[in-house]
Amino acid sequence: MNTSAPLAGFSTLFRKEITRFWKVSFQTVLAPVLTALLYLLIFSHVLEEHVQVYPGVRYTAFLVPGLAMMSLLQNSFANSSSSLIQSKITGNIIFVLLPPLSHFEFFAAYVLASVVRGVMVGFGVFAITAIFVPVPVQSPIWVLSFALLGSALLGTLGIIAGIWAEKFDQLAAFQNFIIVPLTFLSGVFYSMHSLPPFWQDVSHFNPFFYMIDGFRYGFFGVSDVSPRTSFVIVGGCLLALSFTTLSLLKRGYKLRH
Amino acid sequence: MQPAIEIRGVSKAYGSVRALADIDLDIPEGEFFALLGPNGAGKTTLISILAGLARADAGSLKVMGHDVSTDYRGARRSLGVVPQELVFDPFFTVRETLQFQSGYFGLGRNNDWIDEVMARLDLTNRADFNMRALSGGMKRRVLVAQALVHKPPVIILDEPTAGVDVELRQGLWQFIRQLNGDGHTIVLTTHYLDEAEALCSRVGMLKQGKLVALDSTHNLLKGYSGAQLRLRLAHGALPEALVPLLATAPTNGEYLLGLRDYAEVETVLAEIRKSNLTVVFMELEQPDLEEVFVEIMRRD
Repeated sequence: MNTSAPLAGFSTLFRKEITRFWKVSFQTVLAPVLTALLYLLIFSHVLEEHVQVYPGVRYTAFLVPGLAMMSLLQNSFANSSSSLIQSKITGNIIFVLLPPLSHFEFFAAYVLASVVRGVMVGFGVFAITAIFVPVPVQSPIWVLSFALLGSALLGTLGIIAGIWAEKFDQLAAFQNFIIVPLTFLSGVFYSMHSLPPFWQDVSHFNPFFYMIDGFRYGFFGVSDVSPRTSFVIVGGCLLALSFTTLSLLKRGYKLRH
Repeated sequence: MQPAIEIRGVSKAYGSVRALADIDLDIPEGEFFALLGPNGAGKTTLISILAGLARADAGSLKVMGHDVSTDYRGARRSLGVVPQELVFDPFFTVRETLQFQSGYFGLGRNNDWIDEVMARLDLTNRADFNMRALSGGMKRRVLVAQALVHKPPVIILDEPTAGVDVELRQGLWQFIRQLNGDGHTIVLTTHYLDEAEALCSRVGMLKQGKLVALDSTHNLLKGYSGAQLRLRLAHGALPEALVPLLATAPTNGEYLLGLRDYAEVETVLAEIRKSNLTVVFMELEQPDLEEVFVEIMRRD
């Protein structure tokens, strides 16, 4: 038996998760960037002349941060959730359950890999759309903060979905009935102030709204709610979900029977 | 000396189904131990609890003195498990699979040992093949290699030769024997009882979650099943005094007699001589573990 280097288990699992999605980067990185570009081209063609959300900001420019954040969130979720469900269904999850990895290492590796993929996709969307429409970056620190918080939150949610789901169908339901509606109804394509009062109130219960609104603030210096408020709400959600996920992992919920 | 595996009062139920009932078992260091039982007896459940894949409802388990719950890192570092199912990660090559597995155990720079394990399992020329491209037998070898990347002192093989061809089976046993010779403790579950008999010095048998037999292979063979004598007579019928010994009905003029021990052979021959009969064919059959197993499973 050999002695082991501290954190080597965590760094290996993290590296494995990065390698896993990178080996299929056409599907995991390029495809979502292309999808976002198509959204931009279609929406800008249809709505550019009819909608102005913020004064002095073209609709297409308004759309870019929303699309980047939407892609970032969905891909962060997809990374941890798909990796876990595939491992569970094929049975190779035992290769990470047999070694002496703690639940903290397990959690951190999956979340950080999700952050990496989410940020790569988000940056890719921003970079490719910048060719078509220039978008100012007023406050990079807010952009980065919400990108990291958002991807970590969705990566965490992906772990919960991945360990809860027992078949691909259940994971698809989680994605299609929770993640996609919450991202689409979070202000990716519109400002909350353009909604009727009732739906504005409803939007305040959607944490995805704060992620996108705060992220967009970093670009335009304008937002529907204060970025500090959004930061606290998103950070609070991340903490709560992280605590829940760590508790599930520690108990071995649906992993160790 | 502490046992390699120490199991005390372990019970486990899945809902109303009892998987393990109050199991006590010590496996000394360096032993080649067979854990046998019919399907559903609890073998895989016991292995899963040892490996941390499942949790016991009651009792305690230690691997090389490390409690699997309170000192799970020590216990898991001491244990290598070859799972029953042919599982693999389709994204990676053989070498990547082994490097990742080594890294999970905290061994970042382990390429020399990985190369050696691959060489000993005849995987070197498949090192850069994707796992999907391997045959079932090759995938089985990779599973064995994965269990060995961290040089565990205790190795558990859960039906490692199920569906494996003869050549690989023999090669695998040769390698496992070497490991046992090097001091590794080996625990084997298998439905091929001839393998268990040939390889293992001690046997435990589970039935419906209970440990119904635990002894050396030699004692089990000696104690649970006598020899059998197959004979054919030149003419005439079996003497009346020997009829109670018949193990089965005579077929094609051959009689199969069950004996308590080898000394009884002389009693049988004396009886035949006394009846003026002549033996034209005689064969003494050794008891095997399969007979012992069937007998124990039937009796308990």
